[in-house]
Amino acid sequence: MNDSLRHVWTIAKRELGGYFNSPVAYVFIVIFLLLNGFFTFMLGYYFERGQASLAEPFFSWHPWLYLFLVPAVGMRLWAEERRSGTLELLLTMPIEPWQAIVAKFLASWIFLGIALALTFPVVITTAYLGDPDVGTVFSGYLGSFLLAGAYLGVTEMMSALTRNQIIAFIISVVAGSFIIHCGREPVTNLMNGWAPERLVDLVKSFSTWYHFLAFQRGVVDIRDLLYFGSVIGFSLFTTSVVLRGVRGA
Amino acid sequence: MITVENLVKEFGSKRAVNGVSFTVQRGEVLGFLGPNGAGKSTTMRMITGYMPPTAGRVLVGGHDVAEKPIAAKRLLGYLPESAPSYPDMTVHGFLSWAAEMRGLTGAARVDAIRRVSTLCFLDNVLQQSVDTLSKGYRHRTCLAQALIHDPDVLVLDEPTDGLDPNQKHEVRQLIKNMGRNKVIIFSTHILEEVEACCSRAIIIDRGQIVANGTPSELKARSELSGTVTLRVHGVAAETVRGKLANVAAAGKVTVDGDTAYVNARVFPRNRAISGELANAIARVVAQEGWSFDELHTEEGRLDDVFRSITMPDTAKSGA
Ligand SMILES: Nc1ncnc2c1ncn2[C@@H]1O[C@H](COP(=O)(O)OP(=O)(O)O)[C@@H](O)[C@H]1O
Ligand SMILES: [Mg+2]
Repeated sequence: MNDSLRHVWTIAKRELGGYFNSPVAYVFIVIFLLLNGFFTFMLGYYFERGQASLAEPFFSWHPWLYLFLVPAVGMRLWAEERRSGTLELLLTMPIEPWQAIVAKFLASWIFLGIALALTFPVVITTAYLGDPDVGTVFSGYLGSFLLAGAYLGVTEMMSALTRNQIIAFIISVVAGSFIIHCGREPVTNLMNGWAPERLVDLVKSFSTWYHFLAFQRGVVDIRDLLYFGSVIGFSLFTTSVVLRGVRGA
Repeated sequence: MITVENLVKEFGSKRAVNGVSFTVQRGEVLGFLGPNGAGKSTTMRMITGYMPPTAGRVLVGGHDVAEKPIAAKRLLGYLPESAPSYPDMTVHGFLSWAAEMRGLTGAARVDAIRRVSTLCFLDNVLQQSVDTLSKGYRHRTCLAQALIHDPDVLVLDEPTDGLDPNQKHEVRQLIKNMGRNKVIIFSTHILEEVEACCSRAIIIDRGQIVANGTPSELKARSELSGTVTLRVHGVAAETVRGKLANVAAAGKVTVDGDTAYVNARVFPRNRAISGELANAIARVVAQEGWSFDELHTEEGRLDDVFRSITMPDTAKSGA
């Protein structure tokens, strides 16, 4: 195996082990599944709708679920390394810092992916009750996974800014709220009136909301893929800049 | 093997390290001494490539740490100041992770873990989770991590901090033994440690090197070095002072105590002849028929040197 990949894998394995060695992982997964069930079946009027679709009752809640749950998963990524001093150990290993940044991202993303995959009973229920469009279910899951990745990228960056996990959590939720809300009506309504339409569209295009909406409807558009890819890429790059500051300052 | 050239580190407007230069060869154990906040840890962080220097450069095995960080880091083992490790892992898991990060796999990894766990006395706790270990074990777990790839260069920041006296002794022995065919730089503020295992010591104060030499060279800088102390009984203190002051090689004489016991310290008139001083005093003692139970020449004390160098305003008066 190539050296870089081996380093990424070694670090990611340790991070994943960190999740599953502690009860926190299991608690998190249970909460995630319970909330999903609650939103889908209680608030989503899943049965009352009489439709074999997951978009409205299931996926549409994910931006709100992830808003809190992704920061809970990612808050420790760098804050804990900084607090305990292991950052010094990790970054004096013969690796490039980006390998650690990517590895930590991947480990947490895989963990979120596992939690997401465990929602499969919802799909089975839908398939049992009706005849859902497989493509739409697939694109919904893909979109949801990418959405989680985007929040995770932001959380990883916020986590590098502080030694305190709680602060990392709070600023991640704030940053996450911002990137959802900047495309939603309360904000666009505020801007409508005075701002030129192109500016409103630009702000909207930064929001996770609309990009995720397309996936829920079964549309996998290259522009939406690029959007999520660049949010993740930008966050990881910014993380490397923040870490450089942490080491130098 | 390690060359440090004009290293400077600024934090905002504060210069934590201010123009530090030295070289260390294979086979040397270099002790890094200095009061808290002197810049020892900061210097070590720059040597290990954790912190980029504001100015100057570090070469490890010929590799510039800033330009070829990976090549330099491969040669290095590092024990950071607080001996951090991942609390959620077992000792074995942690060492195994460190081995893998260093490119050791399969049998090489198994051997490496066995070697360092014996070396650092971790055999009994390998399956224990790090956060259940006592401080001494946690410390040695991190030390074991630094040794896992049998590096040519070891940088140890306060390797005996928080250990009990037996553990301190063991770690010192370890450093001394390994120092024969490696380069070791370790920081401490325990002076006996320097005498116990260093071939050379650097004293650093407010970011600058203020002394650099073998432990005996440094001790010779002590104002007590070369003085002769004498303890006699049954003689009046003033008589002792009077007789000793008449010795040709003697300079200042101080005495204290009463007739039961008199402690006298005789400074040589001239440092170069301090060997003769003890002889001359022994003759006086014999002539006068004093009964004595101590007579010896001071080598000098590192702590005096340390204090007089690092607290120039208060302690320099007699130097
Ligand atoms: N990350 C940092 N940010 C700001 N100041 C620092 C930082 N690290 C160390 N210093 C300052 O630099 C000086 C030297 O610190 P350090 O190298 O830790 O000293 P030592 O290890 O000799 O006790 C201290 O005054 C310390 O407060
Ligand atoms: Mg220190």
